[in-house]
Amino acid sequence: MKMPGLEYSGVKNIDGPLVFVDNIRNVAYDELVVITAPNGEERMGQVLDVTATSAVVQVFGGTDALSPAGTRARFLGESLRIPVSREMLGRVFDGLGRPKDGLPMPLNADYLDVNGLPVNPYAREYPRDFIQTGISAIDLMNTLVRGQKLPIFSGNGLPHNRIAAQIARQARLLNEEVDFAIVFAAMGVKHDVAHFFIDSFQSSGVLNNVAMFLSLADDPSVERLITPRSALTLAEYLAFTEGMHVLVLITDMSNYCEALREISTARGEIPSRKGYPGYLYSDLASIYERAGRLRDGSGSITQMPILTMPSDDISHPIPDLTGYITEGQIVLERDMFQRGIYPPVAGLPSLSRLMKDGIGKDRTRADHPRVASQLFAAYSKVKDIRSLASVIGEEELSPVDKLYIQFGHEFENRVIGQGEFENRTIEQTLELGWDVLKILPRAELLRVSEEELQQYYDQAPQVETLR
Amino acid sequence: MSSDHREHIGEIIRVNGPIVEARHMEHAGMLEVVEVGAMRLIGEVIKVHRGAATIQVYENTSGLSPGEEVICTARPLSVRLGPGLLGTIYDGIQRPLDRIAAISGAMINRGEKADPLDPARTWHFQPQCKPGDRVTTGTPFGEVQETLSINHRLLTPPDVSGTIVSIVPEGDYTGEHHLAIVKLDKGGERPLTMFQHWPVRLPRPVRQRLSLRQPLLTGLRVIDAFFPIAKGGAAAIPGGFGTGKTMTQQALAKWCDAHIIVYIGCGERGNEMTEVLREFPELVDPRSGRSLMERTILIANTSNMPVAAREVSIYTGITLAEYYRDMGYDVAVMADSTSRWAEALRELSGRLEEMPADEGFPAYLPARLAGFYERAGKVETMEGKEGSVSVIGAVSPPGGDFSEPVTQHTSRFIRCFWALDRDLANARHYPAISWKNSYSEYLVDITDWWKNQDLDWATNRQVIMEILQEETALQQIAKLVGPDALPEGQRLTLLIADIIKNAFLQQNSFDEVDMYCSPGKQSWMMAMLVKFTLRTRDIIRRGGALADIQKLPGLDRFLRMKSEIPNGDTQAMAALEQLLSNGLDALERKFVE
Repeated sequence: MKMPGLEYSGVKNIDGPLVFVDNIRNVAYDELVVITAPNGEERMGQVLDVTATSAVVQVFGGTDALSPAGTRARFLGESLRIPVSREMLGRVFDGLGRPKDGLPMPLNADYLDVNGLPVNPYAREYPRDFIQTGISAIDLMNTLVRGQKLPIFSGNGLPHNRIAAQIARQARLLNEEVDFAIVFAAMGVKHDVAHFFIDSFQSSGVLNNVAMFLSLADDPSVERLITPRSALTLAEYLAFTEGMHVLVLITDMSNYCEALREISTARGEIPSRKGYPGYLYSDLASIYERAGRLRDGSGSITQMPILTMPSDDISHPIPDLTGYITEGQIVLERDMFQRGIYPPVAGLPSLSRLMKDGIGKDRTRADHPRVASQLFAAYSKVKDIRSLASVIGEEELSPVDKLYIQFGHEFENRVIGQGEFENRTIEQTLELGWDVLKILPRAELLRVSEEELQQYYDQAPQVETLR
Repeated sequence: MSSDHREHIGEIIRVNGPIVEARHMEHAGMLEVVEVGAMRLIGEVIKVHRGAATIQVYENTSGLSPGEEVICTARPLSVRLGPGLLGTIYDGIQRPLDRIAAISGAMINRGEKADPLDPARTWHFQPQCKPGDRVTTGTPFGEVQETLSINHRLLTPPDVSGTIVSIVPEGDYTGEHHLAIVKLDKGGERPLTMFQHWPVRLPRPVRQRLSLRQPLLTGLRVIDAFFPIAKGGAAAIPGGFGTGKTMTQQALAKWCDAHIIVYIGCGERGNEMTEVLREFPELVDPRSGRSLMERTILIANTSNMPVAAREVSIYTGITLAEYYRDMGYDVAVMADSTSRWAEALRELSGRLEEMPADEGFPAYLPARLAGFYERAGKVETMEGKEGSVSVIGAVSPPGGDFSEPVTQHTSRFIRCFWALDRDLANARHYPAISWKNSYSEYLVDITDWWKNQDLDWATNRQVIMEILQEETALQQIAKLVGPDALPEGQRLTLLIADIIKNAFLQQNSFDEVDMYCSPGKQSWMMAMLVKFTLRTRDIIRRGGALADIQKLPGLDRFLRMKSEIPNGDTQAMAALEQLLSNGLDALERKFVE
């Protein structure tokens, strides 16, 4: 860090992760602080509120063992910066961008402010390049495009990590070999989860293209506030300066939000829903909006944050506000998981907002938009018929309704369900979609066009359906 | 504007996020614009107390420190008005994002400034008055063809009243050029230019408000036919995430029959603004035949841009709308989303340590919402023309729960409520506007207009609404006993309701034909649905079977009429009508024999 700055010993109060420093001069808002503990250990902090003579500092390393008398604060006169360089791929860092793998700091690195700057909407390029993940539930129904931010809404115990790893392993653009990188940020997750990802990257041979920022469950919680920003600062550098296509995986946003709530409570702020601060939306947006493509750059940032919904409640503030910012969501369903369906992607609440421009003629296949729409419509009817069947019994259903029940079963097991290492092309996925649609009578399929019915429903040979 | 404003300089004493406190601010007035710190960040005074001012800063305050200076400008936060607004994308405080991108690249640097309107560009001016003419507020003194479809009328600003001393001849002039000199009644002279200023928080004056008579036609059937909005009306679109608020707003911005669209992206996604920027120039306005971008102004304050500028963005937008209204245009304002604006208020209020009311929102939230929606209306302008501003605000209730404060307060100040339904959205039935929970109080105001186009409109509408209501009740029973246990007549109602939902209410905004539905086609479709209903009911009453109706030739084409029959194609309409009619005739003949 460049400027040494003045060191003050006027620590007045220590409250949770916050330190209140008095009798200071010329301190700036958001400035970086080095807090020296009585035992000489140094921790990083950041100014949250400043008056002419006092400052509130949040300490990333935690405040344990700090005492008002023995603690000193040194203000560095600049905001938090991390090194960025292409050499950081293949390395492991902590939440503040310091090496965690025992190797030295990368050479020839630029230092960039972790908060970044807002992208000018005028300078953005609208994302519309289809990414084939090889997972039908995503490719067919909730298509991911390059530069999109698409979170996974999961619950405790659901296989979100396996799905994220599968996406990282299989994701590729149709007909293109590109310069790609993965930036992985972990906040408050357990060591074995981090190891699962490392192993997965290693076994698929991409480890040298991955930069990791780990702030694990036993690291100080305040560090989690910086971790995703560090990761995205590197991602922005790789994408917009180096021109790479970057996939950013962030797990678990729920832990991030809890750290934010902790700071907010310690500052005595007026809480909004469930104790989270009123600015949770803006704060989350300052992370999620750091994705996309630029008009004049060749790179892109595709963001896949993972969050676990507390007690599977999608209306909880964290998934709720996330859904308002991100471009859709992949929702995992406990019921499907219990029935042994992998990936248990819920059919109806999942959504990709950028899908409409990334699919269709010249992108995936001309019939894709209408097939997806038809599957959604039919599957939504399945849900209604299932609840009817639970009242009057399946035997009493009309013949058409019984076909819908069969369709629902086949759709969940054959289209949504697939192997963890099964990589389907978009063609295979669309064929599967038509296969299950053939269970339904032709007259029920109103969302596909007459020509498509002739081409795919009437003429293609009927494939044996599994009973 | 005072010339000695440089003398009034204060000093920062506290920085807390976007809220800055400064002392030595005795001369600062409420809502005055100030420049904060060495970076000259734009801020606005929101509280004055004993020489100390509280300032909300419209840019990120990182790096700002106590002791830095605050410079007073002695003017309220204003927008610049004049030709060149159309087709431009601005941020919340009217900085032109295209020019900012040219200066600072893809990221927005702090303290970046650029003229909202290009001062170097010339416009072809045609004078409309001569020396000796009297001008007062709203008197046109000239005009400029801003785009091929929009004639930009230059009106005397509200604080000017006097006699024209001189005026330039027709020709090309820049925005700051003194086009005319007015000898003011109160003494002194004042030049008139193409460019003017107006404070964003102050509604522009009008002669009087007029009652609403005309619908704002949107081309969306569920809105035009069921829950219409009048020109000059205010509507809210509440819906949880993923229910299609933005999609609906964009469809309205594309196809509604206003002359000018002001689209405010308030705390929403950057890519959505990019989408509008990319798509609108390529789309053709069905009325003027020109590119849609030529009638559109974008205000983009995305969710990651500074929160205080989000608070002001909706005022910036509506002030621009009022400016064009005063020229006699119908303007529609889309505000997406007012909840993000309310959250910005809450965040700023929290930083000010104000006592919160509901869910942390400040107690003045309803007053601010009312102030915003009341700027909608149809008016007689100061010049004596008619113009209107319609406001359509999206609301994003947390968890999709409409009982939260922003939705509740908003519904008090609007008269048209388009409730988006999660179940419809899940079934990808768009627009997911619920026919159970939505309402429009404008219906009575505009029924006469429709009756002039189509005598049966109101009756047809009523028949269709009744079927949908009946279906809701029947579904309750069907859920318990299964639809097959219902009598034929009721099953027919379910079938017809299904047809109404799929063939009429659901509209595909990506389908070339279906994306915009003309009033004529809407009337025809409604008439077809009603005819079908009456005749099939009659057939069932006489003992016909539902199965026969389901096998009716042409029924599948009837179901696809929205996308297979283009607007105004009366031949195709007649052909389909004949086909269905023949089938029904055949069924009826069975019972005559």
